[in-house]
Amino acid sequence: MNTTAGTRIRAHARWELRLLLRNGEQLLLMFVVPVLLLIALGFSGLSTKSINAAVPTVLAVSIMATCFTSLAIGTGFERRSGALRYLGTTPLTRLDLITGKFLATAALTAMSAAVVIALGLALSWHPALNGALSALLVAVLAAAAWVSWALVLAGALRAEAVLAIANGLFLLLIMFGGVAVATSHMPGAVGAVIDLLPSAALANGLRESLETGQFPALAIVVLAAWTVVGVVLARRSFRWEP
Amino acid sequence: MVEISDLVVKYGEIRAVDSLSFQAESGQISAILGPNGAGKSSTIEVACGLRNADSGSVRLFGLAPDSARVRPRMGVMLQSGGLYPTARPLEWLQYLAKLYPQTDDPGTLLDSVGIDPATRTQTRRLSGGEQQRVKLAAALLGRPELLFLDEPTAGLDALARRNLLDLLKERRTDGVAIVLTTHMLPDVEDLADSITVISQGKVAMRGTLAELTGTQNALSFGGPVGLNCNDLLHALPAGYDVRESQPGRYVVSGTPTPDILARITAWSAEQGVMVSDLGIGDRTLEQLLIDTSTAEARS
Repeated sequence: MNTTAGTRIRAHARWELRLLLRNGEQLLLMFVVPVLLLIALGFSGLSTKSINAAVPTVLAVSIMATCFTSLAIGTGFERRSGALRYLGTTPLTRLDLITGKFLATAALTAMSAAVVIALGLALSWHPALNGALSALLVAVLAAAAWVSWALVLAGALRAEAVLAIANGLFLLLIMFGGVAVATSHMPGAVGAVIDLLPSAALANGLRESLETGQFPALAIVVLAAWTVVGVVLARRSFRWEP
Repeated sequence: MVEISDLVVKYGEIRAVDSLSFQAESGQISAILGPNGAGKSSTIEVACGLRNADSGSVRLFGLAPDSARVRPRMGVMLQSGGLYPTARPLEWLQYLAKLYPQTDDPGTLLDSVGIDPATRTQTRRLSGGEQQRVKLAAALLGRPELLFLDEPTAGLDALARRNLLDLLKERRTDGVAIVLTTHMLPDVEDLADSITVISQGKVAMRGTLAELTGTQNALSFGGPVGLNCNDLLHALPAGYDVRESQPGRYVVSGTPTPDILARITAWSAEQGVMVSDLGIGDRTLEQLLIDTSTAEARS
């Protein structure tokens, strides 16, 4: 006799969420940084057009912070503590663990996005409502892609290396990966290459959906491809042991 | 219940476990002993499904260790790690309880190992001994039929250690198969139904405590070097033998009886000699392990 996968996944998702909400550094990354960024943009004399561009950008930052940086660092340190190794001896399967982590991270991302959206609306943000569904699709795909790559990183490297790489990549991708500066403002060939990064696909996908209401086909294909590769790699390389 | 056959575990070119075979039965405590680096923890890690064997086979309840049908029936206490640093003991056990089909009450279990269930202290701020106790409670939580305990008494104070040993005896009475590794030899002498001594990844010897230490046919004691063994022999009935097995250590071969013990102490009083460590068996478990380690170092 055994518990059902649904029971174990729910238990693990709640457990992850409980621990994540207790971690001050992760809360800073997930809530405080995006909010400060939006407030800075909101009080910098932005026009309505600018706040319309700023909110999708901050949402992209928020998703990357929650689903990649925070998750990778947290998981890396869980591995180092031997907690994951112990879970490997319990009825929790690898798939239960990964699904539970994804659900907890998705719930946190939704909370973080809700705060950013509420603040954006207070700062006179006017999203294109006909792009809401495609924005949601972009967000879900991006979350899956970033979670899988966070687990690839955290499941293979030492916790300190994960900390350095996850933070470094986060900053690099925000600055040069099509988030802070849209690829449409980059030289043609450079922009075309950066469009293929998951950071650019996420930011472009949200901007196109929420600013103009267009369906971001390229961004969705790029994010789907990163998700498939990330999930395959995570399943192959993720190790419970420190 | 546990069947390990010809197990090999390699780290690069080094064979940490080398063609090791081992069995453990329900209602028994099976101890695995050996010097540091002998392959004890590697064996446990493979047995509980955390590491793959390079060759050989491991079956628990007749199934592979990583089988979904094995995990709910097994409890594990690892030598290092195994706790979320920011978790509190009770919430950790309450979470784990949701993974098992049947469990003991987490609060009662924590209480039984001497941890206050109401404590708000995160596990990273607990002492080493307290962390050990939380890990033991986690291992016992799912009412396991099989327990793997890697150095369970490390870092425990005397009272906590005694409580742990009593808990393990209770579980044995309930029919649980317990496999433990330890360097605490008094624990093994107190608990183990069978002992397997590992050296350089291989089984060096195996048996009950009586078989390994020869308690059925000898007594031993310590004293000044060069005691007159013939003189002592004359104080004993026919059929016994006395020898100095190593400087200052004497072995009396023959059936140990209260009368023989009394004759030895009476003889030592007559000689004005203070004997020490008088006990049944021709060598202690400690001596046996020292001999094993010495032989390993020479080879």
